[in-house]
Amino acid sequence: MTAEAVKPLPAASSDQPLLRVRGIKKYFPVRRGFLQRVIGYVKAVDGVDLDVARGETLGLVGESGCGKSTLGRSILRLIEPTAGTIEFEGRNITKLNRRHMKPIRADMQIIFQDPVGSLNPRMSVGDIVGEGLLVHGMKDRVKRQKIIRDILQKVGLRQEYANRYPHEFSGGQRQRIGIARALALSPKLIIADEPVSALDVSIQSQVLNLLVDLRKEFGLTYIFVAHNLAVVSYISDRVAVMYLGQVMELADAEELYRNPLHPYTKSLLSAIPQPDPDHPRNRTVLTGDVPSPFNPPSGCPFRTRCPLAREKGTQDGICAEERPPLAEKKTAGHFAACHFA
Amino acid sequence: MSTAPALVATQASIRQTRIHLLELARGHPRVILAGSLVLLLFLIALLAPFISPHDPIAVNADNAYLPPLSPSHLLGTDELGRDLFSRVLWGARVSLPVAFVAVAVGLVAGGVIGLISGYFGGVFDLLLMRLIDALLAFPALILAIAIVAALGPDLRNAMIAIGIVAIPVYARLVRALVLQLKQMEFIAATRSLGATPTSIILRHLIPNLLNPVIVQVSLSAGFAILAEATLSFLGLGAQVPTPDWGQMINTGATFLANDPWLAIVPGAAISVTVFSFNLLGDSLRDALDPRLRS
Repeated sequence: MTAEAVKPLPAASSDQPLLRVRGIKKYFPVRRGFLQRVIGYVKAVDGVDLDVARGETLGLVGESGCGKSTLGRSILRLIEPTAGTIEFEGRNITKLNRRHMKPIRADMQIIFQDPVGSLNPRMSVGDIVGEGLLVHGMKDRVKRQKIIRDILQKVGLRQEYANRYPHEFSGGQRQRIGIARALALSPKLIIADEPVSALDVSIQSQVLNLLVDLRKEFGLTYIFVAHNLAVVSYISDRVAVMYLGQVMELADAEELYRNPLHPYTKSLLSAIPQPDPDHPRNRTVLTGDVPSPFNPPSGCPFRTRCPLAREKGTQDGICAEERPPLAEKKTAGHFAACHFA
Repeated sequence: MSTAPALVATQASIRQTRIHLLELARGHPRVILAGSLVLLLFLIALLAPFISPHDPIAVNADNAYLPPLSPSHLLGTDELGRDLFSRVLWGARVSLPVAFVAVAVGLVAGGVIGLISGYFGGVFDLLLMRLIDALLAFPALILAIAIVAALGPDLRNAMIAIGIVAIPVYARLVRALVLQLKQMEFIAATRSLGATPTSIILRHLIPNLLNPVIVQVSLSAGFAILAEATLSFLGLGAQVPTPDWGQMINTGATFLANDPWLAIVPGAAISVTVFSFNLLGDSLRDALDPRLRS
């Protein structure tokens, strides 16, 4: 042994993350004309690195079209990523074929936003919830039914609902059915793709609380995709803010809300309505639209709307020339992709 | 809440989403009615030799042009004195198989093409759809005539030809529906469970295709019977003197001014048949849809 002790890497092998995503990209080709030539790409996800620890909830926020859903689906390989690697429990699953992917699919599930489109209208609730068991070879009908009943109860639905059909339920109940389906295979990771955005506010909190309870009970890990910062702050341990397919800022939820570093995060936080009318508001209102992911700005994707870059006069300087790396800032574990933050 | 209902529920078994035909029919009198009508038609076709009062091709010039309700000729006689009632009964032996075979050919071939094209997309879609476009480029009847001319004029080839003509309709319909369904999140959910494409197609796509496809089936059954009538008129379908509803209408049309029943009787037979198929399709569609089940 040398005298100098080797410094452990930030993510020590003892607490290997459940999910490790490196340089993930998803470019959708845009085709035009008679011969359907590819004239360019929509860069929906453009180089994202993420680690998700066992048992944590990572919030993924951003405006519509920032690529957060695409990222979630790429991790599950419902969409094939263009580049990058996905490691699940230390195993690279990026190139696994369907047969090899199947056992891993039981460990990663998804909950969808749309409580109508995510349930097959022609299948009974019991069949919907039990389908995963059937797919993974549980032929014993009695055993299957027992699990279906248990899970329905866990998500707060009555067991006799198993014989009913999706159209007989309200939005919140349908969402519970979707959660039950995701739980049936006892997954380790659940990607919740805007699971409460389509629900009434009163129902949203019920479903959120259910997700929190289930995380405790089953030791689940969540990637929670949402555009509502209040919802994300409630449920997440860490939050990643996305803009135009890239992560702008990543920090512990509390730290991010208390001490946002990236100008984009600041403007998002300032847009949260305050219930207290006397609360001093310091709004940073963004001007202009999100640039098209088909033709994103060079360098920093946010520079065209960035108040900081405008103030410093670097919109066409360093901000246009260099893409700022997602780097750790003053506080440990607080990352931001900005030249000046 | 008391615990009693929960206990009962635990013991009650969870039904599979499977269609039990008898169970289905029990709650749906329209299915029973339409089913019986179609069954009756098939029985008539099957038993025509035994229940016909006369020989359908026996010519009797003395009895020509008898109006309906004549003694011993319930529906009258045609220009050659043949008993119309017997001819209509025997005609079912031509028209029903035509409807059945043509629809089966169109539905199976078109359905498979549409499923593959829509679900797998890419090169499959490109090649199969150009093939379908080629078929669609011809007017339906002209294409049927060309196919029969190529295969040789007889009833079996006419059935196949009419079936081939129906393929593009089913292929296009199924493809469009699959493209739409494929985007639904329940398909993505099933994929994330690790299901194979085959089981996604069987368990999720096909059940959701049923509604529009059943409607199309009842429509094209009617089309098939009428198309066969046209082919027969041109001498490309059932051959004279085989009794055939289409041929009877075409011949009867000549005498429409003085003896309209010659065309009306076989026309009514076609109407009743098409109506029965439509009714069956309609009631089945309603009965199979959980959203419309009471």
